[in-house]
Amino acid sequence: MSADAVVRTARSRRARLAAGDVVAWICGGIIALAVLVAILGPLLAPHDPNAADLNDQFVGPVAGHPLGFDAQGRDLLSRLLAGARTSMLGPTAVVVLAMAAGVLAAVTAAWRGGWVDAALGTVMDVLFSFPGILLAILASAVFGPSLWAAVIALSIAYTPYVARVLRSAAVRERAQEYIAAAEVQGASAVAICARHLVPNVAPLIVAQATLLFGYAMVDLAAISFLGLGVQPPQADWGVMVSTGKAGVLQGYPAESLAAGLCIVVVVVAVNLLGERLGERRR
Amino acid sequence: MAEPVLEARGLRKVYGDHVAVDGVDLALAPGGSLGIVGESGSGKTTVARMIVGLTRPTAGTIAVCGRDRSQPARGTAERRRRAREVQIVFQNPYASLDPRRSPADALDEVLRLHTDAGADERRARIAELGELVGLDERMLRARPRALSGGQRQRVAIARALAAQPRVIVLDEAVAALDVSIQAQILNLLADVRARIGVAYVFISHDLAVVRQIADETLVMQRGRVVERGPTEQVLDDPRDPYTRLLRASVPGPGWRPVRRGAPTTGGAT
Repeated sequence: MSADAVVRTARSRRARLAAGDVVAWICGGIIALAVLVAILGPLLAPHDPNAADLNDQFVGPVAGHPLGFDAQGRDLLSRLLAGARTSMLGPTAVVVLAMAAGVLAAVTAAWRGGWVDAALGTVMDVLFSFPGILLAILASAVFGPSLWAAVIALSIAYTPYVARVLRSAAVRERAQEYIAAAEVQGASAVAICARHLVPNVAPLIVAQATLLFGYAMVDLAAISFLGLGVQPPQADWGVMVSTGKAGVLQGYPAESLAAGLCIVVVVVAVNLLGERLGERRR
Repeated sequence: MAEPVLEARGLRKVYGDHVAVDGVDLALAPGGSLGIVGESGSGKTTVARMIVGLTRPTAGTIAVCGRDRSQPARGTAERRRRAREVQIVFQNPYASLDPRRSPADALDEVLRLHTDAGADERRARIAELGELVGLDERMLRARPRALSGGQRQRVAIARALAAQPRVIVLDEAVAALDVSIQAQILNLLADVRARIGVAYVFISHDLAVVRQIADETLVMQRGRVVERGPTEQVLDDPRDPYTRLLRASVPGPGWRPVRRGAPTTGGAT
């Protein structure tokens, strides 16, 4: 393919992403909505998400309560809106922490090479052998069950995935002559990495971050489902899937379904968008 | 020769049990031009990388402007001072520019690293460097992918010149270009040398190119210098059988390929 054709393909791909890619826009819209709800959730909730009234136990949709009530007679819609905050904040924190650690490890390994690369690789291999959920169970045993224990455990568990993918990209970039030229210019390693290396693997970093967000959201929901993350009665989508399971057995699946649907929709939207951002690089 | 601007003695580089460079001595006069020729794997690129400090010599010394640089630089000031002594232009114009940065950005980064010039002064200097290598304002503002190979190589030369080095190492700097563009870049390099008196170490496998640019030439084979002298003499009247082989490998009228090991005088029988 000629250089000209490459430019043309890249341009048309960007044009499609900018204007024509309906899926990307829908996904972006869903994510924006979820973020907005996470920020404003408690204000949007029409009722107190924790106000229980056992008279309303498992009552279906009625006027003013479009999703009905849960096992303790709390308004489901209000709980979903209020629960968006921890459900979105947790994965965001995992993404930020794991990406920061992963990028740092990947760039350091790629830059130094040799024994530093080998040592970091070994550390990552060791971390790889602990499943995230297991680390989270350990963390909650040590620090007591909380969202933050789960977040830290998952961040550690995800770091090697990020580091491994980014390391190979960073090694490729490191070998480029413009990096060597900057070294000969006398720029410091940190400056070269910050100004040249990281920006040139940024599309991959963004794609990794979005994929990671989806995984983290599902894992955090699972941890909360196990009772090791966010603690009831606080509203959280993972917690709601968990507390709703009593209702499922009694024929009132609304709580679990609604919360589960929120998780699935956000995760699918984030993953589809992440895939598209990743494709753009190629 | 006047006090050499670049001098290397007993340069040696060993990778594992492979000797890439073995006892290379070289000297370059201020404003001079030294060609290093040899086939792939002869160690010429390793010599280039050792001169600019990207590869650490196993043994031997390199001095530029009388200052030793065989050991890695200690500290920022030392690193930048070395950068103002020797710069490099690489072979591949498509990999030697950061795809995200315009030529003007790339030059600005160098100027900020090496001068205290304010924004206006830097802008003027960038335009001046662009003029020196034949890049107009539009090209300076373009993304590298919008530039041709020859234009990119001009940017790489301007970037090397921005730090005002005494020596520029050109590692196969025209090898990836079309013949007509090669000629343009070689003329440009000759002009630049005449105008600002920078010295070149010109590494190439192409004897015709070396003939145009180099005053003196070294011939390298398997990490060793097998012949050296004024370029004309080395290329017109080679003493070493390997140099004769290299010369006999250049296609010309009535040319017939010579096999290594076969007698090299007067072509194959």
